[in-house]
Amino acid sequence: MLWLVILAVVVMIAAALLTVFLRSYLAAVAAVSVVSLALAVIFALLRAPDVALAEAAVAAGLSGVLLALTVRRTGLWRSDAGDGKK
Amino acid sequence: MHGYGRTTASLLFLAGLVVMLYALFQALPFGAAPMQVGQEIVSRAPGETGAANIVTAILLGYRGFDTLGEVTILFVAATAAGLILSGAGAGDLPKAPGGFILKAAADLLFPFLVVLGAYIILHGHLTPGGGFQGGAIMAAAFFIPLLASPTSPLNHSTAALVEGFAGTAFIVIGLASLMWGEAFLTPFLGKGTLGDLFSAGSLPLLYLAIGLKVGSELAGLMARIVEVGGKS
Repeated sequence: MLWLVILAVVVMIAAALLTVFLRSYLAAVAAVSVVSLALAVIFALLRAPDVALAEAAVAAGLSGVLLALTVRRTGLWRSDAGDGKK
Repeated sequence: MHGYGRTTASLLFLAGLVVMLYALFQALPFGAAPMQVGQEIVSRAPGETGAANIVTAILLGYRGFDTLGEVTILFVAATAAGLILSGAGAGDLPKAPGGFILKAAADLLFPFLVVLGAYIILHGHLTPGGGFQGGAIMAAAFFIPLLASPTSPLNHSTAALVEGFAGTAFIVIGLASLMWGEAFLTPFLGKGTLGDLFSAGSLPLLYLAIGLKVGSELAGLMARIVEVGGKS
């Protein structure tokens, strides 16, 4: 269990760093969702299943969709070829 | 010049955060609960409310009024977002339909997501989860088909009707306990057997109202954001 927590923490930190350094906004949104997903795994391992469910459903799911829609709304959606360049 | 100011502000903010967290962790002895009320609630909640899930017992049984405030905050936020978005010139751009994978997945996922959301809402007093989590899953169930085929929009008047009905139901259930001479939102209808689907009195009804309200609210909000459309 300790190893699972460490793995989840490593994934979380890596995804958080990726969020900052990724050039594509859409990929950054996906990385934010990964942070929340890893946090949900940690909550589940710490025997807080209610919080884990809320984290997975709201933070990883809905707010990811909301951020992606905002990216599209503001015209920063670059999912096609040549992404990474503004 | 501009970049330096931003970096300095970030560093100052970070330093303040570190100082605050340090002070906080210094004041709290590690591993010791700062409050004793938690143990008391854990030992008394199943007997008093009849809910096997203690989180639900606290959220609806002991702190029902807080939950009403929470629902109200969500309602106000959704209303404000809807007001802002409704004035943004909806539907002036052609909407591209989703790809084949998204369409097939939306058709496949819809019934499963609805069932999962309903299960989490209705078993909120027995298993982890409840109205808020199940409502979010319900909203996702109704939102994914919208992403796949934007030409068939969500019925906003139905969503608003469900939302208003659920919000009213929460308050009416709260008022109903006044008839038994109890305080507002006190659980009633008897506790039942611990662990049964029909147990914990009015708590499952409250969670059903919350689930419907949160689900219709979030689905309507995200549908509105999609309908406003993007620039790309």
